[in-house]
Amino acid sequence: MSNNILEVKDLKVSFHTYAGEVHAVRGVTFNLKKGEALAIVGESGCGKSVTSQAIMRLIATPPGEIKSTSSILFDGKTDIVKLSDKEMENLRGSEMGMIFQDPMTSLNPTMKIGKQIAEGLIKHQGLSKQAARERAIEMLRLVGIPNPEGRVDQYPHQFSGGMRQRVMIAIALACNPKLLIADEPTTALDVTIQAQILDLMRDLQEKTGASIILITHDLGVVADLAQRVVVMYAGKVVEQGSVDDIFYNPQHPYTWGLMRSVPRLDNDEKQELIPIEGTPPDLIAPPKGCAFAARCPYAMEVCLEADPDITKINSGHSASCWLLHPNAPKVERPVEVGGHHNG
Amino acid sequence: MANIPNADTILEVKNLKKYFDLGRGAILKAVDNVSFSIKRGETFGLVGESGCGKSTTGRTIINLYNATEGEVLFNGKNVHKLQGRDLKQFNRKMQMIFQDPYASLNPRMTVGDIIGEGIDIHNLMSGRQRQERIYELLETVGLNSEHASRFPHEFSGGQRQRIGIARSLAIEPEFIIADEPISALDVSIQAQVVNLMKRLQDERGLTYLFIAHDLAMVKHISDRIGVMYLGALVEVAEANELYRKPMHPYTEALLSAIPIPDPEIERTRERIILEGDVPSPVNPPSGCRFRTRCPKAMPECANVTPELKEVEPNHFVACLLYNN
Repeated sequence: MSNNILEVKDLKVSFHTYAGEVHAVRGVTFNLKKGEALAIVGESGCGKSVTSQAIMRLIATPPGEIKSTSSILFDGKTDIVKLSDKEMENLRGSEMGMIFQDPMTSLNPTMKIGKQIAEGLIKHQGLSKQAARERAIEMLRLVGIPNPEGRVDQYPHQFSGGMRQRVMIAIALACNPKLLIADEPTTALDVTIQAQILDLMRDLQEKTGASIILITHDLGVVADLAQRVVVMYAGKVVEQGSVDDIFYNPQHPYTWGLMRSVPRLDNDEKQELIPIEGTPPDLIAPPKGCAFAARCPYAMEVCLEADPDITKINSGHSASCWLLHPNAPKVERPVEVGGHHNG
Repeated sequence: MANIPNADTILEVKNLKKYFDLGRGAILKAVDNVSFSIKRGETFGLVGESGCGKSTTGRTIINLYNATEGEVLFNGKNVHKLQGRDLKQFNRKMQMIFQDPYASLNPRMTVGDIIGEGIDIHNLMSGRQRQERIYELLETVGLNSEHASRFPHEFSGGQRQRIGIARSLAIEPEFIIADEPISALDVSIQAQVVNLMKRLQDERGLTYLFIAHDLAMVKHISDRIGVMYLGALVEVAEANELYRKPMHPYTEALLSAIPIPDPEIERTRERIILEGDVPSPVNPPSGCRFRTRCPKAMPECANVTPELKEVEPNHFVACLLYNN
């Protein structure tokens, strides 16, 4: 049996719009090990959320389309892309759970939260109403909601933002899923509440052994929670590796750019922020070469002509950039990148 | 007091209160007795979590709201008492950049007219001169003159924020309030806008009140920082000093809650996790408002409202721990 809970291979997702076909995800490949927390980082429109929605098969078709050459192997045996809607329904909620960004809109405002947690338990695990309710109370206690016996009969509007996100996590984890996808789980929350939720997620991962895919744009959250990182740009993976690979030995100029454009709280001198000039490309007509070339300070002629292959740096670390080609000119990584350790 | 008035002070906020009447006797104390001052040419950062009153403070300073009590002195004059010509003059000298670049530009106006509106209202220029001024402003913020005839929906978020900045600069203000100017933008674009704001400050000697919840970015751009919690200012200090030596337990918790993009540091860092949520500003706790979540709270915190005191030179804290 495979060690991977998830193997995404050449995932391609398009949306058919009146303006043309938007190639939102353009051949994404990565694996997720059992018990591992993987972060997908990138800017809005890079395809990180679409990737996670494709894994959950939450892409509305039409207008969306998961290309048939893609494969998403779950737990070594099930290809999610090929499942029927009915089969997918059984998998979703029981084997996989999802936490959304906005805890205000992703709960049903007209249903008591106990019922919302129990729903999945009754459907997937065949629990009786009473047993499901008890399990719901247990879940609320697990995610740190005080007085769960009383809270179980309340409605979402009676909870604060942080508490609602805890309820979302309780729903997602109720059936003991093997995979938890968290799409910007703390972006809508204040930092002191974010710290509570990240703490809770780390704790629950240890207790339940679930694998986590964390979608975020916040490199601090990545450093805090993830063991591996996938960096996406314009629908493709530009670099992936362990957190240490990505933070201390990044190889792709886009990864460098991301790190140089955010100020660090622990930096005493006023370092200058180095923005990535320009904006991401239009994915209706993606460039034929490297999608980052137009914004890349190191771009060469070849970058505009052909997409670079994946170069392996070490067993878990790879990047797609022409600079890594043996014949490419040597480029020094900017000194600001690489944290205090490689400085 | 945090106010040492002198010729260099451009803005003084004195015991400012802004209450909202919610009806049925409920009063929301959004800003409750806040005092600070801003020097000419500096950037003052105001941070805090949602609902702490930082935006209301900004909006009351620029006279979008009347003050319930207290006063705001801009160049020595109380902004809430201005009338006629003085008021018009004030509106020219103080401008605002808003958080949402999608909602803060009129979708039916061309970019040229959005930027030119202030010039028209204040009768600064007309005809060709006005046109040229608009082109110049567009170039100053990194856009170009062709953009003047386009509409806001044709621009990305970062470009729209540049338009908002050009609009605020059109009437040559001295003081700009930026209320979460970059929180709606992607990280790579945030740096573009922050660098633009810094460059404009150097070139034009602007003073900024920079309101945001992202403490790392506020620390990067600000000379001094004020930390707000539930309508009160709890700490004011120079930016690096605040990070190196936070004194208020809330500032300590806030700083420790921010994840640093460095896995090794994150693995070894001790985090102060605050329990619970921010209480409602309609019925705030007695005494120190932070006491219900404060890991260092003492019995007397419930009875005494701590005042902002200068504990070390230029470092002000409102906490009973520092009362002696």
